[in-house]
Amino acid sequence: MSILDEPSLEGRFGEFGGRFVPETLVPACQELEAAFRDAWADPTFRGDLNQLLSEYAGRPSMLTECHNLGRSLGIRLILKREDLNHTGSHKINNVLGQAMLAKRMGKTRLVAETGAGQHGVASATAAALLGMSCKVYMGAVDVERQSLNVFRMKLLGAEVEAVHSGSRTLKDAVNEAMRDWVATVSETHYCLGSVMGPHPYPWMVREFQRIIGEEAHAQCRELLHGDDPDFVVACVGGGSNAMGIFSGFIDTTTARLIGVEPAGGAAVGRGVPGVVHGMRSYLMQDEYGQVQEAHSISAGLDYPGVGPEHSYLASIGRAEYPTVTDDEVISAFQLMARAEGIIPALECAHAMAWIVREAPKMQGKVVLMNLSGRGDKDVGQMMEILG
Amino acid sequence: MSFGRMETEFRAKRDQGRKLLVPYVTGGLTGWQQAIRAAADAGADAIEIGIPFSDPVMDGPIIQEASQRALDAGVTPVSIFEEARELEVGIPLAVMCYYNTIHHAGHERFAYQLVSAGISAAIVPDLPLEESGPWCAAADAAGIETVMLAAPTAPDDRLPRIAARSRGFLYSVGLLGVTGERNSLAASATALAKRLKAVTDVPVLVGVGVSNAAQAREACLVADGVIQGASVVRRLMDGGPEAVGEYVAEVRAAITF
Repeated sequence: MSILDEPSLEGRFGEFGGRFVPETLVPACQELEAAFRDAWADPTFRGDLNQLLSEYAGRPSMLTECHNLGRSLGIRLILKREDLNHTGSHKINNVLGQAMLAKRMGKTRLVAETGAGQHGVASATAAALLGMSCKVYMGAVDVERQSLNVFRMKLLGAEVEAVHSGSRTLKDAVNEAMRDWVATVSETHYCLGSVMGPHPYPWMVREFQRIIGEEAHAQCRELLHGDDPDFVVACVGGGSNAMGIFSGFIDTTTARLIGVEPAGGAAVGRGVPGVVHGMRSYLMQDEYGQVQEAHSISAGLDYPGVGPEHSYLASIGRAEYPTVTDDEVISAFQLMARAEGIIPALECAHAMAWIVREAPKMQGKVVLMNLSGRGDKDVGQMMEILG
Repeated sequence: MSFGRMETEFRAKRDQGRKLLVPYVTGGLTGWQQAIRAAADAGADAIEIGIPFSDPVMDGPIIQEASQRALDAGVTPVSIFEEARELEVGIPLAVMCYYNTIHHAGHERFAYQLVSAGISAAIVPDLPLEESGPWCAAADAAGIETVMLAAPTAPDDRLPRIAARSRGFLYSVGLLGVTGERNSLAASATALAKRLKAVTDVPVLVGVGVSNAAQAREACLVADGVIQGASVVRRLMDGGPEAVGEYVAEVRAAITF
């Protein structure tokens, strides 16, 4: 039986997902779902998107085997190099799909939320390419720690608005983007950056990101002479890079799927089911259902919720969601740079940190890690931390 | 069918030619109980009590700030219910709360908490028709009236279905956007109220973006009444409960035709 399926008509993955949005947005979500179904079944749309992904984003991304780290850890470590995509992360896969879809729907404007700025940069890029206007909401805390990406977005012609409400991070940027969308829904598409939000976003974003897993599965079969990796590891904030790479392995292999959450933002690890941002999913909340603030060194993972399909995969035991600490992440970030000459995004350093910690239990195993973004954006922050 | 307390009163008042006025007050905000008493004395027909939530996506800056102030002061749904019980204002009370507050407490338990606090109705702005089944079942069983929202974006065939599920009254969202004060009443406010009046006899009240007495009067030319949120909450934060009473009296006068 297939686990990686379409959600139910109500947008549910098991008991998770749904469409908990203000009434104003219900018709917009329905319209988006219909437009996506239509486009996704249209060979012309798929062909145009694939052409952009190859000629503009640089797909397929390659695999890199990390011989130095692999030797010292006693495993075979293989990276899926989404960091080498145009704009520096996997976010471009989803954004090109959504921007093309928005254009097909006659929308002229994109709004987006961003944490680390990678999704904001990708959205600004797609808007520039396709001639759309773009506004990006970013928590004031993140504007501070990711100033380089803020300037990149502005260079690309996007308007960046710092969000000062609530915890002033990713969750509040989502709130503000939703408020914008409620007011501008006729001309605006909300270009959501992860496998979260109301139906059809979790499913649609997964479909746009599953190319990561499909490529990686085929590439691993070739590299491993027909075998599959034993572990597939990715970091999880909202969970789009993880859903992307898991998609290639959920049904077709028995690989253990590991989604690594930050200790301070462990929705699956510490959360209970709740409803925010349009979806029912695991959520960090207090005894009255107030959403708690996440605390992570990485702006991209600083989110108290998680995409509903991850909650589903956790609930049926098909994927596991361990946590790592900020200190483990800082060490892994430096280790990767020195041992392999690759500076990972702080988000991906979470996946690396878990691999380093668990390597003694994985001796001789093949571990595939999604390197979903590059670390250029984090160099300033690390310079301050490391002195 | 038999109606709950709020809908029974609203229908009777409407049939007597009275326009319905529902001020919104953020629960737990300094002076909130006095503000509710002042509003009731000044001619409100029901009160909407906002339950502060960490992520109020349908609210603009004023109600966001009020919610944050209340949360920072340690206000919880339970503390609001305890204080609401003491109100005894003689008009029905409704809560406006985001769905996670209900979901986290549990549907049956939350409905029971409302009943115990003397609250008649619930307005849940992020619980659209398609997701409302489990809560509405629990609310119906407990005798809590669930007010549904209709928005200007809804196609014609959606409106009767929303109206059919609404209890107490039907909340006609005045504009595309979040709560907050605007310079003028959006054209969509009266347009949607008109569309709703054509398909239902449930009382239709316009809320979101009805910002002063003149706009309330304009909305009431078509609708059965108005909900006033940000303009009330701002007065409570700036001028205290007396300012709320004066304002409600001003609006009441303006919608008395």
